[in-house]
Amino acid sequence: MMLDEFPSSPADLILWGLIATIVMTSVLEGSRGFGFSRMSLPFLVGMFFIGSRRWALILGLLAYTIGGWLFAFLYYFLFASVGIYTWWFGALIGALHGVFLLVAALPLLPFVHPRMASEYHGLTSMRQLEPPGFLALNYGYGTPVTTLLGQTLYGITLGGFLQLQIVIRA
Amino acid sequence: MSPRSSSQYARSSSGRLDSEVAGSSQSSYPPIEDYALIGDGRILALISNRGSVDWLCLPRFSSPSIFSRLLDTQGGRFFIRPRIEFDAKWKYLKNTTVLQTSFQTKDGAARVIDCVPIADGLNELQPMREVLRIIEGISGETDFEICIDLRPDYARKRPTLRHGTHLGWRYNWSNEFLAVRTDAGLDQVGQTLRGTLRVRAGERRYVSLSYSQADPGVFTLLGAAADQRLDATLEWWQAWSRNCTYVGPYKDAVLRSALTLKLLSYALSGAIVAAPTTSLPERIGGNRNWDYRYCWLRDAGLTMQAFVGLGLRDEARGFLSWLLHATRLTWPELQIMYDVYGLTNLREEELSHLEGYRGSRPVRIGNGAHSQRQLDVYGEVILAADVYVASGGTLEPVECRMLAGFGKVVCNQWRKPDHGIWETRGEPKQYTFSKLMCWVALDRLLKLNQKGIVSLGLLANQFCRQRDAIAATIEELGFNPGVASYVSELNGSAIDASLLLMPCVGYKSANDPRVMATYERTWQRLGRNGLLYRYEPADNQLGSREGAFGICSFWAAHHLACRPAMQQARKVFDHVLSFASDLGLFAEELDPDTGAALGNFPQAFSHVGLINAALAIESSSELR
Repeated sequence: MMLDEFPSSPADLILWGLIATIVMTSVLEGSRGFGFSRMSLPFLVGMFFIGSRRWALILGLLAYTIGGWLFAFLYYFLFASVGIYTWWFGALIGALHGVFLLVAALPLLPFVHPRMASEYHGLTSMRQLEPPGFLALNYGYGTPVTTLLGQTLYGITLGGFLQLQIVIRA
Repeated sequence: MSPRSSSQYARSSSGRLDSEVAGSSQSSYPPIEDYALIGDGRILALISNRGSVDWLCLPRFSSPSIFSRLLDTQGGRFFIRPRIEFDAKWKYLKNTTVLQTSFQTKDGAARVIDCVPIADGLNELQPMREVLRIIEGISGETDFEICIDLRPDYARKRPTLRHGTHLGWRYNWSNEFLAVRTDAGLDQVGQTLRGTLRVRAGERRYVSLSYSQADPGVFTLLGAAADQRLDATLEWWQAWSRNCTYVGPYKDAVLRSALTLKLLSYALSGAIVAAPTTSLPERIGGNRNWDYRYCWLRDAGLTMQAFVGLGLRDEARGFLSWLLHATRLTWPELQIMYDVYGLTNLREEELSHLEGYRGSRPVRIGNGAHSQRQLDVYGEVILAADVYVASGGTLEPVECRMLAGFGKVVCNQWRKPDHGIWETRGEPKQYTFSKLMCWVALDRLLKLNQKGIVSLGLLANQFCRQRDAIAATIEELGFNPGVASYVSELNGSAIDASLLLMPCVGYKSANDPRVMATYERTWQRLGRNGLLYRYEPADNQLGSREGAFGICSFWAAHHLACRPAMQQARKVFDHVLSFASDLGLFAEELDPDTGAALGNFPQAFSHVGLINAALAIESSSELR
């Protein structure tokens, strides 16, 4: 780890973690509005906690934003562990993160989400949400692309910010 | 004029005659009046009395259709009907928009209950939109066939169809999702789902279509959960119907009209669309086929009168809010129509791949008339505000300023030619009705000013002068002594049924000699079999004779009630009422010779006319 070489202050990291989360959320939610996907991660996260659509959206957006914010620190550790502070390395981490989400995390959701139906459970009064399926394709063929794009931009924002800091200091 | 009994049109339909229609055949299309409307204020579906959902647009009224069998035999549909010959009778369940179609076959009897559930999708996990159909055995055994042939985007897109063991059938296209949930077995035949089921007396089976756009889909539950959704929907509509205060002799017809207006009100904005359909022809085989899934300001004042007259205050406030909110995009000028969210670009497009209802081409979406100038709309909007205020409603200061702004436009523009209330395509003309409604605009603003509701300041003098100038112009150039009638255009000689509204909007007494003469001349020139055309054929630029206009015939009854000539008014009203569909619905037009419905269906304007005429008859009866 080369944390002592880290080019940014904690305050900057917090700020840019938030900015990266906003960028990613805007891309993912915007893709729904533009008709590329039906996946709403904030909604799915919110539905973990509550069955009311209204509160699920509000709580979900809050939880998702905080989660994205905290996740930024994991990215910072990764940057520091290899000592590469560039936008392209951020893009690489983001893309890998996106692939993991699509092929592993989202297909697992029906087994852990209390309100999600699955091909194995069938429907109950509690489980009525459509499952995402492999690569989240159930939510539209554009979903893998928009998810990868959102995650990659998240990584680019974080890596690009650190790269910028180094350039400015140099 | 000999009123027909409504029972002459009450009939049951016989089915299994159009099972697999290939190609274009006029007989394969049910008559327009053989459709029912169901909805929830967000979506509307037309169902034929042969059990087929032939028109459904998602996710809102003017969105592309997923079933458009109404306009093309290959447009897609969703039917549930007995497998063998049947007789069908149908009705709306009391004081609701839930439809019940009873099928009788030689083996048994069963009914299908159709509704769009009104669910709390915000506080619960419910689908964004659902169409629920419940099949219930009454006696014996009845074999049904089911066909779901989904054709999104006016049959231009092919959806993908997948099946999951526990989740059932799912359609996907664009970012849209539709789940088919049923306890009947369905098989995939191409992109179509087909199945059969047998119901015995007392059994209930379910088919539910649930739709999502831009959200993860939500699957619906069947059985007791579906029954609960139906019960909640019935209760909601019955509770809403209790708000309707009309108790006169035409209660059933008025309530059905009110329920239809409520269906045509878009719950998310308060807008009221003219009709749920596009391109149902004004003449079979003709080209007068327009998209009516938008909101016409022309209807505003009279619609407000209907809401206020029925005691529907929430609907009145919602509608006025929409009127004054939607028009901010173009204020102080008004466009003649807007979409449900107030959008103004309603570009017209022809769908050449659809053959049209009974071959009536073209099928149009969007409406090119949106860019026309129509000066009467200023009077309509201001009249709506005046009627609302007269009923005890209040206006926000910003709304008052908007109304005054409309008055300024009227002063500047009333001398200009326009396209008139009937949106005649071609060169604008000096229509008398447009001048009349400009007079109404300024007259009502001055009255609101006198009451201290709108503050016109120095504008009041200008408005007063212009109002009097408009009246002088109407009397000098809009009345033709040779014809002994007010006429369609200044210095013209053609008759226009819209001028029957003169006493209804307070321009002149119904007993004024000129107004009475106009009434007589209108019947003489525009009447046929007790119904009225809206104008004379010479004005018909597209060259095809359309049907009699539903609302004009109701205006005649309204006009007579204003005199009051009650016996005549009732006679005219009863006669027009006899042309209603089995379910009490009216299209835009009627064929005066056959009674067939023509044009988009059902039409808000016709039902507004029915309500206002019934209210006027009731009001005049009380005065006497």
